[in-house]
Amino acid sequence: MTHERRRKIEGIIALTFSTLAAFLGLFWLVFILGDVLIHGVKALNLGLFINDPAPAGVDGGGLRNAFIGQLMITICATLIGVPVGVLGGTFLAEYARGRTIARIISILADIMVSVPSIVIGTFIYAVLVKPIGHFNGWAGAFALAIIMIPVVLRTTEDMLSLVPWTIREAAFALGAPYYKVITQVVYRAAATGILTGILLSIARVAGETAPLLFTSFNNSFYSLNMNGPISSLTVTIFQYAMGPYDSWHSQAWAAAFVITIFILLLTITGRLIIKWRYR
Amino acid sequence: MEVPLVLAQIELRVKGLNFYYSGGIHALKQINLQVYSKQVTALIGPSGCGKTTLLRCFNRMHDLYPGNRYEGEIHFVKDNILSPDTDLISLRSRIGMVFQKPTPFPMTIFYNIAYGLKLKGVSKRAELSELVEKALLHSALWDEVKDKLNSSAYDLSGGQQQRLVIARALAVNPEVLLFDEPTSALDPISTSKIEELFDKIKKEVTIIIVTHNMQQAARISDWTGFLMLGELVEFDTTDKIFTAPAEKLTEDYVTGRFG
Repeated sequence: MTHERRRKIEGIIALTFSTLAAFLGLFWLVFILGDVLIHGVKALNLGLFINDPAPAGVDGGGLRNAFIGQLMITICATLIGVPVGVLGGTFLAEYARGRTIARIISILADIMVSVPSIVIGTFIYAVLVKPIGHFNGWAGAFALAIIMIPVVLRTTEDMLSLVPWTIREAAFALGAPYYKVITQVVYRAAATGILTGILLSIARVAGETAPLLFTSFNNSFYSLNMNGPISSLTVTIFQYAMGPYDSWHSQAWAAAFVITIFILLLTITGRLIIKWRYR
Repeated sequence: MEVPLVLAQIELRVKGLNFYYSGGIHALKQINLQVYSKQVTALIGPSGCGKTTLLRCFNRMHDLYPGNRYEGEIHFVKDNILSPDTDLISLRSRIGMVFQKPTPFPMTIFYNIAYGLKLKGVSKRAELSELVEKALLHSALWDEVKDKLNSSAYDLSGGQQQRLVIARALAVNPEVLLFDEPTSALDPISTSKIEELFDKIKKEVTIIIVTHNMQQAARISDWTGFLMLGELVEFDTTDKIFTAPAEKLTEDYVTGRFG
């Protein structure tokens, strides 16, 4: 076999395997999304959003409690997590720039991003559920906020570091104090990047189940009380999918469909912003 | 040094200035010079000679980075601006700066100019509009941007951005304006527009400019300081520096024998 021929065959083999690997990955992705789509759309109806669950085993009813609960927990988590993350990232990129403490916090945040979310759930359980004596919505929001913080913090830090120093110097040279330089000039320059990070972090926590199992748990009734257990889509999916009733299964599919679309939209919006900003 | 022909008032007096960067590098050595009011002073010298370092002492820009150290005095009117109790915010609103690369802020053209004014406490829309227009007229940019004050400053060309930044610096009525190679990133036409601008604005503001371009220094400045290796080799009227310098080094540099 000539040398050229051998290289050609090796090339074809490499191409075949990498293509197969790509398709294998893509196959499962399409399979899962397609399955959720088909089953989910079938089970989707208006009643799902405006009715509360029917008694176990009885057909009908909806998941209003879970939709509202999910929304409340996610919004509260965002309201806690985003300011802390953005301010923390600002501290690292601006006030503590170049100092050892900033590098240490940065590395710790990177580690935090990959901590299993169930660990955070059990931690919040020990801090905000056990001492209080019952599951509660705030604990769920805090657990999700803790997952959000390192993501938002690191994105903010990176986006602020990308803003050229000369712009800051120009603002200082006009006699601006540092906090005004940051809030009026640097934030503007980094706004789209930070916003994208926030959207992606919301998308990340909206799909979390494990931390909620230990904190907000679940509630079969419609509740707006964050001090008590509160329903969420992910935990409801878990409970309904494991349950014995067909009506539960189809509602779990519908819930899975809705949350998947929600996360998909957030992610796409995030990507569009990046594309629009760095076109 | 010879007694100056133009008996102008002294705006800034540098006395025995030494500057050390945080790594301990002794970047400026025993600098003494005067900057005359409402005149253009150019600082020239080969790369790394300390001219930008010296320029950035006048508005204490070095304070943004920890570990930098000044020794000596710079008197601005009566006060020593290197004293630790100098209020940097008010100092920088009196001594403005324009950088090598245009530094428009991520806002509209209007708000770029209004930014410094708002920092100074101007808040009424009518007053802002008036002062923004005045600054843009001043920097000869008004005709080009008057119809698009609400579009992003990033949409302007590099030369326009630089004139916008000059307008922004002028808008707050500084007493001194520092220019750090303001035309080195620009094409010749934009450069000549900015040089024309100097002639116009020096009636109202004292200008110190760092430049790599000796022809530019000769064209626009009244006074020239030649620096090398952190020392001020010679400081005199621009005429004298370029026609009959006292130092051999200066002569070699301005005639292009090295640099």
